[in-house]
Amino acid sequence: MSADSPGTISRDEVAHLARLARLAVTDRELDLFAGQLDVILGAVARVGEVAAPGSDLAEIPPTSHAVPLENVFRPDERRPGLTQEQALACAPAAEDGRFRVPQILGEEA
Amino acid sequence: MDLTRLTAAQLAEKVHSREVSAVEVAQAHLDRIAATDGAVHAFLHVAAESALQSAALVDAALDAGRPPASPLAGVPLALKDVFTTIDMPTTCGSKILEGWHPPYDATVTARLRAAGITILGKTNMDEFAMGSSTEYSAYGPTRNPWDTSRIPGGSGGGSAASLAAFEAPLAIGTDTGGSIRQPAAMTGTVGVKPTYGGVSRYGLVACASSLDQGGPCARTVLDAALLHEVIGGYDPLDSTSIDAPVPSVVEAARAGASGDLTGLRVGVVRELGGEGYQPGVERAYRGAVERLEKLGAEVVEVSCPHFEYALAAYYLILPSEVSSNLARFDAMRYGLRVDGGASAEEVMALTREAGFGPEVKRRIILGTYALSSGYYDAYYGQAQKVRTLIARDFAAAFEQADVLVSPTAPTTAFPIGDKVDDPLAMYLNDLATIPTNLAGTAAMSVPCGLAEEDGLPAGLQIMAPALGEARMYRVGAAYEAARDADDSDDSRVPLIQRVPTLEVSR
Repeated sequence: MSADSPGTISRDEVAHLARLARLAVTDRELDLFAGQLDVILGAVARVGEVAAPGSDLAEIPPTSHAVPLENVFRPDERRPGLTQEQALACAPAAEDGRFRVPQILGEEA
Repeated sequence: MDLTRLTAAQLAEKVHSREVSAVEVAQAHLDRIAATDGAVHAFLHVAAESALQSAALVDAALDAGRPPASPLAGVPLALKDVFTTIDMPTTCGSKILEGWHPPYDATVTARLRAAGITILGKTNMDEFAMGSSTEYSAYGPTRNPWDTSRIPGGSGGGSAASLAAFEAPLAIGTDTGGSIRQPAAMTGTVGVKPTYGGVSRYGLVACASSLDQGGPCARTVLDAALLHEVIGGYDPLDSTSIDAPVPSVVEAARAGASGDLTGLRVGVVRELGGEGYQPGVERAYRGAVERLEKLGAEVVEVSCPHFEYALAAYYLILPSEVSSNLARFDAMRYGLRVDGGASAEEVMALTREAGFGPEVKRRIILGTYALSSGYYDAYYGQAQKVRTLIARDFAAAFEQADVLVSPTAPTTAFPIGDKVDDPLAMYLNDLATIPTNLAGTAAMSVPCGLAEEDGLPAGLQIMAPALGEARMYRVGAAYEAARDADDSDDSRVPLIQRVPTLEVSR
């Protein structure tokens, strides 16, 4: 994906993003989302107005988290967790004490 | 005596003195839910049996002469359906989790149970807390008890509406960009977003992890404070939990109710008002600021110049975190699975297509875009810098003022359907609440009267620094007491008691 036109998004790009995000969107949704996301991106692109490269604020540090985080450790001790039965209780499919899943590779892979 | 019209503090007093039983209190609220929730739809699940069982345990303990498990033992509560509950379904307002019975309790749930609070059921919400009107719930919208053709705010519209409909005296919400405070403003109730890390997120199904924060909802400031102290505090199961004592908010609320704010500096945020704000909301808000001044507070104007970029930063940071967090819904371990594809990947894509609603899909796609290589620096990276600037704006403003104030939301409750197809218009609801989430600080909404144009409630937002909840509760309680005691304001009836009586079905 190229970065030459931030703030606009095409229907094809939305289709590509939906595939990346594992969403089997319909054609009707693509039409709808492409227009809506274009409007939203136009609005959020405003973040580029501040702290732009070359400006006074360009070197401002990013904040990923409101509270500065350090690694949080706990004693390496056993504690109760879910039983196998509990973990599998809400699975769409289970077999022999394991999650049963569809084949993980497609035919062509 | 109608038990459902009492505050949580009053109910607790009556239960603990054995004037009424916890079972009677629970039953009165279950009856009220049965009579009104057809019109309001605040609840996705009502747990009548377990509520009565829990209340009976409180009665048995009190009858045996044991002290109440907490100041709120025996008081009913409505729990937002985003906290896991081992004995009730947890759907997050989404079809992808329809019928999911979590194998564990959230820390908030566990603390409510340990405090002897009666959990009445789970409340409606925008799907995975994405929305400002509760219209994005997969199970249908919640209606505002003040006018059932209007939205109750969101995402915690169910929790707020349950309070305004007198179905519960207490509720729990979560606030990622305003989802506790904005519904509080829309329904004439009190809602508090604690400092990030103040209430455990363990078992709170994640929307945006760096922004999500659970908090108390109630009809009075004191009730919110009592609930805050029950759910707040360090939890080793949440690595972002703050390891410090819970601020003394109950003491602050009681002290505030005496009404003296002498020496307190209130900062009016210049950027949160004007264009886009409904005139009646602004008038109600200005009346509230004048009232604070009459109580002895010194009112100063402060400027937070980067707040105007908060909405843009938020709608990049939040979708980015959402796109990552919601990847867990893969149709393999729990939740919906739509069979039909040959591979796991196809099954996953078909399941997510069927299980997620339009707003969730939009935000996942937007977040996937913002995190794409080539766009990352321009969007997500820039948004993180804006976040720094907003935190600095707050820090500078709190040098000049002890608390900051603004309208909680730019408008009163709008008609259901008005903004549901216009995402950007919906996002503007959270203009005034988002900066607090980005900075991780604390804020609350207290009802500040009815807007002239439509007679619907407006909210006063009070913002405080991280772990500065006590001063915020003090101001909120002082304002609330002065508002309800004002002779010139029709009937000296607390604002919430003026909510129209719902037509009840029996």
